[in-house]
Amino acid sequence: MSNSLKIRGLVVFVCLTLALFSLAPTVMYDSLPGWWQDAVDPIHRGLDLQGGMHLVLGVDVDKAVESRVDSLIDQTDALLREKDLVFKRIERRQGNRLVVVVYDAAAGEQVDALMAENFPSLESETLPATGGYIEKHYRLSDKEAANIADYAVRQALETMRNRVDEFGVSEPTLQRQSDNRILIQLPGVKDPERAISLIGKTARLEFKMVAESVDVAEAKKGNLPAGTQLLYERNTNKSTGAITETPVVVYTKTALTGDLLADANVRIDTRYNEPYVSIDFNRVGAKRFDQITAASVGKRMAIVLDDTVYSAPVIRERISGGSAQISGSFTSQEATDLAIVLRAGSLPAPVQILENRTVGPSLGHDSISKGIKSVIVGSLLVVVAMIIYYSLSGVVAVIALLLNVLFIGAMLSLFGATLTLPGIAGIVLTVGMAVDANVLIFERIREELRLGKAPKVALDLGYGKAFVTIMDSNLTTLLAALVLFQFGTGPVKGFAVTLSIGIVASLFTAIFVSRVIFDFFLNRRQVRRLSI
Amino acid sequence: MQLIKPDINVDFVGKRTLALAFSLLLIAVGLVSLIAHGGPDYGIDFAGGTLVQVRFTEPTNATAIKGALAGMEIGSLVVQQFGDDANEFMIRMEKTSTELKGLAIEVQNHLSAAYGADKVDVRRTEMVGPQVGSDLRNKGLMAIFYAMIGLLIYISWRFEVRFAVGAIIALVHDVAITIGMFSLFGKEIDLPIIAAFLAIIGYSLNDTIIVYDRIRENVGRYNKESFAFIVNRSINDTLSRTLLTSGTTMLVVLALFVLGGGVIHNFAFAMLVGVLIGTYSSIFVASPILIFWEQRQAKKS
Repeated sequence: MSNSLKIRGLVVFVCLTLALFSLAPTVMYDSLPGWWQDAVDPIHRGLDLQGGMHLVLGVDVDKAVESRVDSLIDQTDALLREKDLVFKRIERRQGNRLVVVVYDAAAGEQVDALMAENFPSLESETLPATGGYIEKHYRLSDKEAANIADYAVRQALETMRNRVDEFGVSEPTLQRQSDNRILIQLPGVKDPERAISLIGKTARLEFKMVAESVDVAEAKKGNLPAGTQLLYERNTNKSTGAITETPVVVYTKTALTGDLLADANVRIDTRYNEPYVSIDFNRVGAKRFDQITAASVGKRMAIVLDDTVYSAPVIRERISGGSAQISGSFTSQEATDLAIVLRAGSLPAPVQILENRTVGPSLGHDSISKGIKSVIVGSLLVVVAMIIYYSLSGVVAVIALLLNVLFIGAMLSLFGATLTLPGIAGIVLTVGMAVDANVLIFERIREELRLGKAPKVALDLGYGKAFVTIMDSNLTTLLAALVLFQFGTGPVKGFAVTLSIGIVASLFTAIFVSRVIFDFFLNRRQVRRLSI
Repeated sequence: MQLIKPDINVDFVGKRTLALAFSLLLIAVGLVSLIAHGGPDYGIDFAGGTLVQVRFTEPTNATAIKGALAGMEIGSLVVQQFGDDANEFMIRMEKTSTELKGLAIEVQNHLSAAYGADKVDVRRTEMVGPQVGSDLRNKGLMAIFYAMIGLLIYISWRFEVRFAVGAIIALVHDVAITIGMFSLFGKEIDLPIIAAFLAIIGYSLNDTIIVYDRIRENVGRYNKESFAFIVNRSINDTLSRTLLTSGTTMLVVLALFVLGGGVIHNFAFAMLVGVLIGTYSSIFVASPILIFWEQRQAKKS
């Protein structure tokens, strides 16, 4: 045996060993020793094959900017009062504008100076208003607004990650995407409905004082005094399950927010055997809670979660311990989930579901078995066709084809690529096209044989001449596959991965491996006829 | 075994005017169908919408399902049987909901109420918002566009510009006919179908390049013959390979079409059409274009 053949044989042997080594965990994970399991992961299955949930959430960053302006309004209000500046009112307009209405130009200048000193990032503008008032407009700069938006998305991602961790899903994916979007993939999630509400709930917890003096009936008609808002208290009737909504008018100004929470847990109320969520404030929160309750004994305080009032108990006495409870006829799962979202923190802005694809595990299972079945049947058909058409040489092509499929699987597992349903289609397609290289070579060999060349010479010429053609045709297809991978999304990408891997593997098996097999059998043998 | 005799010499090139007419006819049929349908029939990936795939324990029918959902305000609604069994259905709605409690859950609740909770198994739900839908559509189109540009450059480099133009025209021809056939058979275009289009591009190109490669080789060998003769000779030289490879690829695509299951079905349909058209185009479109090009050059000079 020539040295070149020995080396080439060794290369094929090493590749084959490596392929079997990296495929073993996919086929028989449990019966392998620990070091082997650690060395190579089984092939990752996409959500369409193993079941699970694919979500794209859009963070409503405009809301985050608005709430920043709202908090600036609170600060400005406090500041102006502290400096004894007289003003008519402060309000938010057009999302990101803070407007201070003053009585004369002198006051306007004072406000300007104060704002410039305390909030240098705001851009100011003066407009006359009806009734001789002067409006001072302050606008967040575009850069500042972009910063707030960016921070909101980052924080939302962080909060969602915490929530998903508490929810307990193995190998979740959370990624930030362009346009303030967040991609979440939860493989094998059992209760998609619950997962969505857990991840997507804003969970903005606020404590607001009830405006007892306002007539609720008038408020419902839209006659709300400035600085108050109408919310609804939700109650579930235990025996009928009917949900009733009671209107409550509260002061818009938030007394205390959920940001100051240290912990939240589910407890059972022993009197009614009902679950509630017990919350503990941190040091700052406890102090504020103490002050508020001390100042408001006898008044009602509404506990508001995402603009729904959960309860509005009367403050009977000053509460100094820094803990409170949220009750509101919960089921025990609702209470558990509420505790989780409160612990993980609120989202800086509400989110919308832009894309949701959920595949149940039974469908994923069906898809795999159908996919594998079509790969096997398709391959068998090709095997039969090749052997009928090319006899023994066809067998060589079939061996190359089998190795090809083996190598594709091995590369998928080595690169940690994800196998999806379109990915399986890509493999099937590769099987069909992989024999093309061998067909090209064999047709060339036949041509050379017809010209009366000796088998070995014909083999040499056939491989040599077909090589350029094969490279050109495969490289163009690879080029298309790589573009797909770069610009494609989801299923397109999955298809591109297996197609690219398949092309590389088939170039190797069809040109290199099949030649080694031929040379091995023809080595030092005077062959007069080639079975082709 | 040999299906094609080595000395075969079919006059493919002589039938190029006929082929041109046939291609134009196919494209026209597709175009008419596209106009009649008001554009391509986009699936929810591109059009946006909500899709719920449900399996019932007992056979039922589309009318009954629509009846069960009658209480919902969901606008237009399509209910289709999925696969061969009369107990699995796809429900597609135009409407989407960005709320956390999505439409799919509402559908599930309505079906459970009508059929009984343990008789309904929601196997798949998909909701694509209109914004994401148009994003995906643009990305898909961009992928095809960039792929074509890349191929144009690569083939111009490896062969000549006229070869690249011929190959690209053949590709546009293949994809146009496949899109037309999709419209004609009332099939929806969604994300996996874009992957299929790109596979068709890759496949058809493969075929075309192999004929071109032979033309490049034969130009040196038969330097006394006309260009049309060389092109025809090259097509005949590679005919055996073209048919065999198309044959094996068709075998696996057929396996996918028959056995791959509902999700893969449309993908395989696209491939089936694409492989047929791709094979046809590398013989009757991509190569004759070179001759048309040659004739125009000759007229100019």
